[in-house]
Amino acid sequence: MKEFDLLVILAVFQEMLGPLLWLLLAIIVLGTLAFVLLLIRERGVVSRRMVFSQTLSPLGGAFALILMAKVSSSGFTDAGGPVDWLLIALVFSLGLVGSGIILYTIGGWWSILRGNKPA
Amino acid sequence: MKCEHSNIRDELFHLPDNPRRAFLLAAAASALGAAGLKPGVANAAGSKVQTQAHIVIAGAGAAGLTAAAYLAKALDGAKITLIDARKEHFYQPGFTLVGAGIKPKEYVLSSTAEYLPRGVELIEARVAEFDPDGNKVVTDSGQSIAYDFLIVATGLKLEYGLIEGMEESLIGKEGIGSIYHSPAGAEATWQAMSAFADKGGRGVFLRPATEMKCAGAPLKYTFITEDYLQRRGQRGKAEVVYNSNNKALFSVPIVSEKVRMLFQERGIQINYERVLTAIDPGRRIATFKTPEGSEEQGYDFIHVIPPMRAPEAIRNSPLPWKTGQWVDEGWMEVDKGTLRHVRYPNVFGVGDIAGVAKGKTAASVKWQVPVAVDHLVAEIAGKQSDALYAGYTSCPLITRLGRAMLVEFDYQNNLTPSFPGVIAPLEELWISWVMKTMALKPTYISMLRGRA
Ligand SMILES: Cc1cc2nc3c(=O)[nH]c(=O)nc-3n(C[C@H](O)[C@H](O)[C@H](O)COP(=O)(O)OP(=O)(O)OC[C@H]3O[C@@H](n4cnc5c(N)ncnc54)[C@H](O)[C@@H]3O)c2cc1C
Repeated sequence: MKEFDLLVILAVFQEMLGPLLWLLLAIIVLGTLAFVLLLIRERGVVSRRMVFSQTLSPLGGAFALILMAKVSSSGFTDAGGPVDWLLIALVFSLGLVGSGIILYTIGGWWSILRGNKPA
Repeated sequence: MKCEHSNIRDELFHLPDNPRRAFLLAAAASALGAAGLKPGVANAAGSKVQTQAHIVIAGAGAAGLTAAAYLAKALDGAKITLIDARKEHFYQPGFTLVGAGIKPKEYVLSSTAEYLPRGVELIEARVAEFDPDGNKVVTDSGQSIAYDFLIVATGLKLEYGLIEGMEESLIGKEGIGSIYHSPAGAEATWQAMSAFADKGGRGVFLRPATEMKCAGAPLKYTFITEDYLQRRGQRGKAEVVYNSNNKALFSVPIVSEKVRMLFQERGIQINYERVLTAIDPGRRIATFKTPEGSEEQGYDFIHVIPPMRAPEAIRNSPLPWKTGQWVDEGWMEVDKGTLRHVRYPNVFGVGDIAGVAKGKTAASVKWQVPVAVDHLVAEIAGKQSDALYAGYTSCPLITRLGRAMLVEFDYQNNLTPSFPGVIAPLEELWISWVMKTMALKPTYISMLRGRA
């Protein structure tokens, strides 16, 4: 009875975010590209920087939950069932992984651009 | 204005807008696939149909604008005319959030012109006369407009005048609220309700005996008020009374029973078969009709929802039902599957005006309009359409700030969850609240643009 349509989702997100949507997509695409290029250039993962960004990334997860609470005029304390815990976990992990990758990538390019040898 | 707990949160974590926020929003809302569900339409995939037909749409609210957008996409060369005197557009599902102090009234206000599809003509007038025998409508300025096809989308009329002593200017005063009235009325209602939640007393809630739009809203507002009394520590000093017009709390039995359980849990008293007939603002007494005669109830706060019926121009036309339960209220006699008029095949009725057993919600519009348009376009193209509207109606039933039940159902009173096994329709969930506050308005606006 119902058909799932990516274009519809895009339309809804465009309505929700306006021009921010394009900015956001650009950040995701460019960020991923920068991360991949960094991996190629450094021939793999630099474990010290990885550990560092992983220590900070839970803050990214928490930040994600706080933002979510703000825009929905509610919060994870309102969770009422399993799917709510899933949503909380999803939001937290996106913040966690996203900020981890961003920190790692920024750190990597920062040291490269400053002419340091990859640490 | 925001609810108490979010105010505190806002103060604690005041965060600037930035692209990260957008990222998280998108991430969070990707779970909200309801936004992306759309009925299959036979003609949608095909190329545009060539025609010189003149299609008139009476009413440019949720259903009228959506119909214009779908028609503009499906037809080439057609003349499409929208007629509506009101320049503002109201996002009515947001009235509940304004009345709950969660959103400002600007949240629900925009203008019709923003959504007008390219090539569609807008006449700023009210249709005063429908003449389906002569295939024309006449506006209040006397302009006569002939059509080949007519889509009626005038919505319904709130009849505050049918309650003795009730006047629209009373909303927000003397403990009287009514979120249905308008954006300003919803905001005034929030002020009256908030004042009540600060001191407690007797809160009286009700619904009319007529058909109504979003039959969940009277229940939502009862729940929200009870929640505010709790949060402000006044619940012990308050009585919350819900007056149902008949013997149920909701037309879908399984939902009605769930609401009864929740009301019991929350100490909300239920009176069945009570219909508001009069209000005395000076003495703060509401009079209800009951099977045993009339009954007076005192109140400190009352949420008035007036009787609803078809606009006068429809009631005075040949379009309403001639027999059955809807004769007095004047809803249009359309086929419940195709939304085509039973006696005038070139006339369709969509949205609140349609005389069908379910469906007076914006969510129903999303399912009704593509069906009606499909039949109309098929006829122009000399084809047949088998698109059918099954009665889909949806209403995120807020049960407290931060939680809602995503109730979706059809003509047969079956629950039709968009996410079976994931989002339970009869469970009070945060995710359902998140949808209501974050995803519904963008979905609604996309619908007006014919993109959802
Ligand atoms: C408090 C409240 C809460 C709601 N909550 C929800 C919800 O949670 N979910 C949901 O899906 N729906 C909800 N709804 C219902 C939803 O808003 C309506 O079902 C929807 O707007 C119906 O669309 P419509 O086009 O039929 O009517 P409307 O959007 O009301 O538009 C009708 C238009 O017709 C025009 N008009 C009237 N008479 C004439 C005439 N004679 N000539 C020309 N134009 C005319 C009017 O000016 C108006 O612009 C809620 C409604 C309210 C009031």
